[in-house]
Amino acid sequence: MNRIAVEKKVLNENQILANRLRERYQQNGVLCVNLISSPGSGKTALLERTLERMDKSSRVAVLTGDLQTENDAKRLAKFGFPVKQITTGGTCHLDARMIERHLEDWPLEDLDLLIVENVGNLVCPSSYDLGEDAKIVLLSTTEGEDKPLKYPSIFFKSELMLLTKIDLLPYVPFKADEARENARRVHPGMEIIDVSSTTGEGLHRWMEWLKLRQEKARVQGVAG
Amino acid sequence: MHELGIAASILESVQKEAERHPNARITKVGVKIGELAGVDRDALQFGFEVLVKDTHWETLVLDLEYIPRTQRCPKCAYDFRMTDFDPRCPLCGELATECIRGEELDIAYMEVDE
Repeated sequence: MNRIAVEKKVLNENQILANRLRERYQQNGVLCVNLISSPGSGKTALLERTLERMDKSSRVAVLTGDLQTENDAKRLAKFGFPVKQITTGGTCHLDARMIERHLEDWPLEDLDLLIVENVGNLVCPSSYDLGEDAKIVLLSTTEGEDKPLKYPSIFFKSELMLLTKIDLLPYVPFKADEARENARRVHPGMEIIDVSSTTGEGLHRWMEWLKLRQEKARVQGVAG
Repeated sequence: MHELGIAASILESVQKEAERHPNARITKVGVKIGELAGVDRDALQFGFEVLVKDTHWETLVLDLEYIPRTQRCPKCAYDFRMTDFDPRCPLCGELATECIRGEELDIAYMEVDE
């Protein structure tokens, strides 16, 4: 019997594709963000409010993933930016191949920002690199404040946490301080922005975050 | 939930390795699963068994090694296993410690009968 050392990632094929996407984003100065949360945390509502606030000349596009239906793409298409639905047909996450395929007829040089709305799931999307600049996790006030401890992987890997539905805080038992503390126990120093897609509270901070990161991606694109 | 897909990726790697060594038989594949990998080991083991059942790879053993989350203190260079989500350095109390192990989802080795 002979043992051979392999030392490679299990998801090596996905990693190769993700690296290729990352390179293409960088070359074109595109910021790509990957939005991840449980179903019903408000990813699509946040995107509606986000697109609504974008300048009409913004070069932004959205890929939205779900198991079935084109509902989200229809909701988001109203704002006049390119939107494509990825229906996974049962797969619980998006992978780099799906992204690459859906980008085929979208020239990246025409884009500054690509927002990927992952399938509603806190577990599986955390394993699949999509070549994004940043993973962003959403936690809503109608969930448990211990979610970061129950699903540490995604909170560890996300650069930013958006605490959504904060307009509901007076009506739900959710302890926001505890949720933030839990997130930072898993991911020390994690950036957190409180938002409400209903009242608009905090959205300017989120837009500001996107703008800053876009600027950074653009500069890197020029430098590269 | 995505463990079957992970199992399929592991098997694919084994098949590729097997093509490189046509006269050998791969009997075991070792995979490291970090605490932060978001992969359930039981579900992965089960998915793998389902996948290889009644195939050429039925006897292939999947050996999973769990890698706990380990932090390193930037001040005293002390490495410690993080328990109860407390990232503080047990020696000096530094909060901003760095995760150095626990994200693995790696194929470590394969065993071959030649």
